[in-house]
Amino acid sequence: MSPAIGGTLARLDGRAKVSGSARYSGEVPIPHLAHAVLIGAPVANARITAVDATEAEQSAGVLAVLTHLNLPKVAMQPSLLPSLAGLAAPGHTFFPMQDDTVHYAGQHVAVVVADTLERAEHAATLVRIDYDTTPPVTLLEEIKDQAYEPQKIFGGLLPGRQVRGDIEAGLRDAEVRVEAMYEFAANHHNPIEPSTTTAAWDEVGRLTLYDGIQGPTSTQLTAAAFLGVPPAQIRVVSNYVGGSFGSKAMVWPHATLAAMAARHVGRPVRLALNREQMFTSCGHREQQRQHLTLGARADGKLVAVRHHKLSLTSHFDDWAEPSLQSPAIIYDYPNYEGIYRLGRGNINTPTFTRAPGEATGMFAMESAMDELAERIGVDPVELRLRNCSDTDPATGDPWSSSGLRECLERGAELFGWAGRDPRPRQRREGNWLIGTGMATAAYPHAQPVNPQRARARIYSDGSVIVEAGVSEFGTGISTAMTLVAADGLGVTVDQVRFAGGNTDMPNITAAVGSAGAGAASAAVHLSVTALREQLIGMAVADEQSPLHGADPAAVVVEGGRMALRDRPDAGETYSAMLQRKLVPDVEAIGNWIPPAQDVGHGMHTFGAQFAEVGVDAELGLIRVRRMVGVFAPGRVLNRRTAHSQLMGGMLWGLGQTLLEATRMDARSGRWANASLADYLVPVNADSPDVVVDTVEVHENVVNPLGVKGVGEIGVVGVAAAIGNAVYHATGYRARSLPIALDDILSQAS
Amino acid sequence: MRPISYSRVADVGTAVGTVTADPASAFLAGGTTQVDLLRIYVEQPRRLVDINDLPLRDIEELPNRGLRIGALARMNEVAEHPSVIDRSPLVSQALLLGASPQLRNMASIGGNLLQRTRCTYFRDVSTACNKRTPGTGCAAMDGVNRGHAVLGTSDQCIATHPSDLAVALVALDADVIAEGQRGRRSIPVHEFFLPPEDTPDIEHPLDHGELIVDVEVPPAPDGSTSLYLKVRDRESYEFALASVAVALRVEGGMVVEVRLALGGVATVPWRARRAERMLTGQPATTENFAAAAREELAPAVARGMNGFKIELACRTIVRALETVAPDGAR
Ligand SMILES: Cc1cc2nc3c(=O)[nH]c(=O)nc-3n(C[C@H](O)[C@H](O)[C@H](O)COP(=O)(O)OP(=O)(O)OC[C@H]3O[C@@H](n4cnc5c(N)ncnc54)[C@H](O)[C@@H]3O)c2cc1C
Ligand code: SF4
Repeated sequence: MSPAIGGTLARLDGRAKVSGSARYSGEVPIPHLAHAVLIGAPVANARITAVDATEAEQSAGVLAVLTHLNLPKVAMQPSLLPSLAGLAAPGHTFFPMQDDTVHYAGQHVAVVVADTLERAEHAATLVRIDYDTTPPVTLLEEIKDQAYEPQKIFGGLLPGRQVRGDIEAGLRDAEVRVEAMYEFAANHHNPIEPSTTTAAWDEVGRLTLYDGIQGPTSTQLTAAAFLGVPPAQIRVVSNYVGGSFGSKAMVWPHATLAAMAARHVGRPVRLALNREQMFTSCGHREQQRQHLTLGARADGKLVAVRHHKLSLTSHFDDWAEPSLQSPAIIYDYPNYEGIYRLGRGNINTPTFTRAPGEATGMFAMESAMDELAERIGVDPVELRLRNCSDTDPATGDPWSSSGLRECLERGAELFGWAGRDPRPRQRREGNWLIGTGMATAAYPHAQPVNPQRARARIYSDGSVIVEAGVSEFGTGISTAMTLVAADGLGVTVDQVRFAGGNTDMPNITAAVGSAGAGAASAAVHLSVTALREQLIGMAVADEQSPLHGADPAAVVVEGGRMALRDRPDAGETYSAMLQRKLVPDVEAIGNWIPPAQDVGHGMHTFGAQFAEVGVDAELGLIRVRRMVGVFAPGRVLNRRTAHSQLMGGMLWGLGQTLLEATRMDARSGRWANASLADYLVPVNADSPDVVVDTVEVHENVVNPLGVKGVGEIGVVGVAAAIGNAVYHATGYRARSLPIALDDILSQAS
Repeated sequence: MRPISYSRVADVGTAVGTVTADPASAFLAGGTTQVDLLRIYVEQPRRLVDINDLPLRDIEELPNRGLRIGALARMNEVAEHPSVIDRSPLVSQALLLGASPQLRNMASIGGNLLQRTRCTYFRDVSTACNKRTPGTGCAAMDGVNRGHAVLGTSDQCIATHPSDLAVALVALDADVIAEGQRGRRSIPVHEFFLPPEDTPDIEHPLDHGELIVDVEVPPAPDGSTSLYLKVRDRESYEFALASVAVALRVEGGMVVEVRLALGGVATVPWRARRAERMLTGQPATTENFAAAAREELAPAVARGMNGFKIELACRTIVRALETVAPDGAR
């Protein structure tokens, strides 16, 4: 029987989702439910001078209007720590409605609760709030002169400055230098499901939160801290989540506000952000500028890289997405300097946005590499191959696994890269200039720090339930875990049910940083392995079993039947044994303790991206004609869903490259295009033919199954591959994302 | 959402009577504009009068080879109707390049003509907007205005008219047939859309309660080839940055007749009469197309981020003309 892992199982929850029977956090039927509507400040820098809620309070159906004047103070403010750490994970070091200060537009200033959503929405328009405003600061241009170098960024996880070797000497001695500035518009996640929390307290003060989140435990621990309620009294259910892309990686205040509102009105309360609020309530990818200098020998071998980033953060957090990390280690060079600089503005704290950092940093790196290739007359793929590193250049440790060379070579082959004429503006089809480009992809393999757990139970009829508190936000985790459980236990896929999605289950850390499948599969694998050993142990100890007295190591299991490896006729099924022994069920816990991040190996996922574009330079149009992405994500659990994720990632990258930009109206400090009609993401008609492939690598460091994850690597490098293809098509080097029609019109025609 | 009342009417007389009698009421057709604006408080009717049961959904062929299209026919129905494809391909193309399939299944022809601008400040009740609240100012003038108009603007308002269909209708000299308290009248489409001037809140000549019943579309000029060309950032589901409706008849290399209208760049669906005049009787060459385009855009006024539209509109005109000219461009 072929293993389940690596197969192509269709999503087990697909039918529930397309038929509408899957219930998301805003759809859980709860009797006596009330609805909360948030009011966001229309101004970005202000003090609230007066609140008049009288009319709203008297409006039909209204149960409460909460503002800073009557909302209880939070019990404590946990610090901003990425949810991967497994602790409380507030999106920012801030809780709204604790005082009269408005730090950014959209900041929650009131919550209106009513018996229906429509009545709450209407009453929200009747709340009068007066502001004393000060001109806001919201653009990079406005803060660039006051920028500072933070000690740490990214929730304290990374240093603000990293160096190796001697950057000055390295650049000075380089035979070729490429230096450029790269600009990035702010981006928003825009998952299809706006964040929603339904909160219900019971008679004895226990709280249930139905929350759309990347990890139910993070909501539990964060709400516990804010509310001053023991985590044991809080149960978080997150059965289905309608996409996240990082917007639900951290726990933003609305979840706690829903609980506060429910406590205040003595009824269950549902609080759903609307689309516009999604632009101001759960972070974004910050507007940023990167200054990159490459120094290389004449043969293209890099010797020095200086990479500086300037970005905007909020008044309360030093957040920068870690754009400099992957470029710092993607190639082998001795001299490096990476510095983050931040400026504070009247914006919410930025947050993880799919491929947080890599999506921007690798655009700069791989665009500059393309320039370098042209400058020295070396093929872009060859230039990358010359610079590939067998060790982590930052530490000298070997990679846990790499596969970068193979990705580059396989990608070039699938794409038909060989024989490419490197000269720009050589190919034309009618009004379209055609160009091709490529880039390397890299994404750090992040490990959770706390133990990852799962529980496996087999019933005497042979059916199996495996549980772990993961959340299913579109990644296909439940389907993949079913495969892992089936293989580990030696049963068929249809004998296994995997359940996740709440905090009563064994704890798994939030699935962020592409670490979800690795963490969950490790715990699930260990749980079913422990269960299997227990079952085999029962058999060999049982005088009535055909396996009595056998060496447990000599027993194999297939299709739920234990047998001797070299005498397959000697054996029995799990269920035959359990029924004979009158044992109703057997259960085991898997407890995976992740290896430390920084010991012995560099851990990174690699890939290669190729793109072909058509540019109608006269009309400014860029259309991607085809893309090839080849990745080395370690073990692939479910080929079908992994393929979807990688392809989705590549299309995400396409959006980042050509369309996605949240534009600030600097006068008001408000996003000017906070809607899906105005914030453009690619539609089907923009999506080209996408070829996704993976190369196998031997990975046995990161986790028991060697899973590095596929959530974000697909995004990385796409922008540079497309940008380089645009250059190849037109001779215009785009250094600002998104590459707008206006730029092509003025620069490339 | 504000409390509203809702009723459904079955005949045109009742529809007109009901809405005319109540200044706080509005017609509801497909609702894709109306409900949207109601939910964000830009339009605040207290009563919606649902007109979807009115018998205004037919598409008929007229003896002059033109068409009569019922105001409640849906965008997709019209776009895919054999008579429309046959007689008015420009209308079909303009409709199919608008919105999304789901919206086109809901949205009506009458509603399409009366849809409101996509100016983000118009849609945000906390900002200054002369069109939404006369006299408050115009936040777009110095704001995020990449999508705004360069033609037909005033110092009161620079909002772009969003309809694609209207651009095709303006090129074809269609008539809007309306019925009000005073009876039925026919309004030439070029008089139907009013530039902002000092009253950007007044967008069309209809009285409150006057109902669009049909649109009459004459045939394109005999022997002409037509095209609707729409340029936008993404390939589908976006309003035009620039669009061109063109019908061109060339004989012996000379332009005999040309109809040209622009979308995405003007405050109203813009009939490019200057360009038409300049081209008529001239050789159909790229050079002449470009000169005519420049002439049409000569009065254009850029405001901050929308300057690129002037060049884009010129090039879109040239491309559209080249595409329909026999043997392409020279
Ligand atoms: C996301 C999005 C994208 C879109 N993209 C495009 C695009 O690319 N191109 C394009 O052209 N359009 C586009 N549209 C606009 C869409 O075509 C219009 O919303 C639609 O045509 C309106 O028709 P409706 O029947 O839904 O009108 P409703 O929303 O019902 O009504 C609109 C207005 O017209 C009035 N009205 C309706 N019918 C009549 C009548 N017979 N007589 C008098 N008054 C009437 C209503 O009172 C209301 O004021 C888009 C819309 C959306 C939401
Ligand atoms: S351009 Fe017109 S619609 Fe937009 S804000 Fe100005 S006045 Fe209002």
